Amino acid sequence: MDSTISEQRSRTPLRSTAIEGLKIVVVGGFGVGKTTLVRSVSEIRPLNTEETMTQAGLGIDHTHGVADKTTTTVAFDFGRITLNEQMVLYLFGAPGQERFWFLWERLFAGTLGAVVLVDTRRIEDSWYAIDRLEHHGTPFIVARNNFPGPLHGLEDVREALTLSPDVPLIDCDARDRDSAKHVLITLVNHLYALSSARETVS
Amino acid sequence: MMVRGAVDSEEPDRLYTLTGGRSRAEEPDLDLVTLIVSGADPLPGMQSEHVKILRICRYPTAVVELAAELDLPVSVVKILVSDLLVEGQVSARHPSAPRASTELPDAAFLKKVLVGLHNL
Repeated sequence: MDSTISEQRSRTPLRSTAIEGLKIVVVGGFGVGKTTLVRSVSEIRPLNTEETMTQAGLGIDHTHGVADKTTTTVAFDFGRITLNEQMVLYLFGAPGQERFWFLWERLFAGTLGAVVLVDTRRIEDSWYAIDRLEHHGTPFIVARNNFPGPLHGLEDVREALTLSPDVPLIDCDARDRDSAKHVLITLVNHLYALSSARETVS
Repeated sequence: MMVRGAVDSEEPDRLYTLTGGRSRAEEPDLDLVTLIVSGADPLPGMQSEHVKILRICRYPTAVVELAAELDLPVSVVKILVSDLLVEGQVSARHPSAPRASTELPDAAFLKKVLVGLHNL
């Protein structure tokens, strides 16, 4: 029965010429608008999946004995953007809670970069995500989801996040397609600048 | 707590059966965004998840989309896909972006991404 349903689900297939999958991760606390942002730019209705892993499969150093074997489950959603004949960008909305970062390498190694989506009413939710991204050396930008309207200036946000001046910080409206698109372009522009600078040095 | 325990004890059995008890894929390089493409039609007697993968992958399909479509954890889908890879029934189009997060793709590559985003 359910195979009939899944066959009939309106899945939009990729072009047969697609060869290159890319990843960008949107990190943020619950209710900050990650899924909304993904939905605004995705060509498919956002899909949800999860990764489950016992500690043995985590690939991290653990100082405790094997006796405390634990299972970690992280749910995340994603959307898709066909960039051209060959390239397809997957946009992941991922929770920033602690257990998620155990799976970061496993799931998001090779990600182009990350967007930290911030709700200024709960700015402290973002500290941990920014700390972890810096730890992993993943380039990122910060986007303030500007709903229901800003309470603070962006420079106050930069200060509250103790964000380095070279990390782009912008306002966005996750519900708006052009605004969500601008968030992605700002990130990739940032990556382009970083990559160009490295090529000049080396 | 008790309700959760009941759910947890049911699910791993199903996953264990699907994967024949394996917990890791033989193909270590499968990424969330590796695109899988069928090279053959399903054969009679194949495991139903393998059949579904072959059907879905008539068009290139990322590992993560397969996981969502089959409603299975990503690691289980990687094992199922690696079975089909070993048997030559699917092929994998691996991402070329560097795996290490401290490395960046070259500027020309990123330029193509930018052009694609601007054209949305």
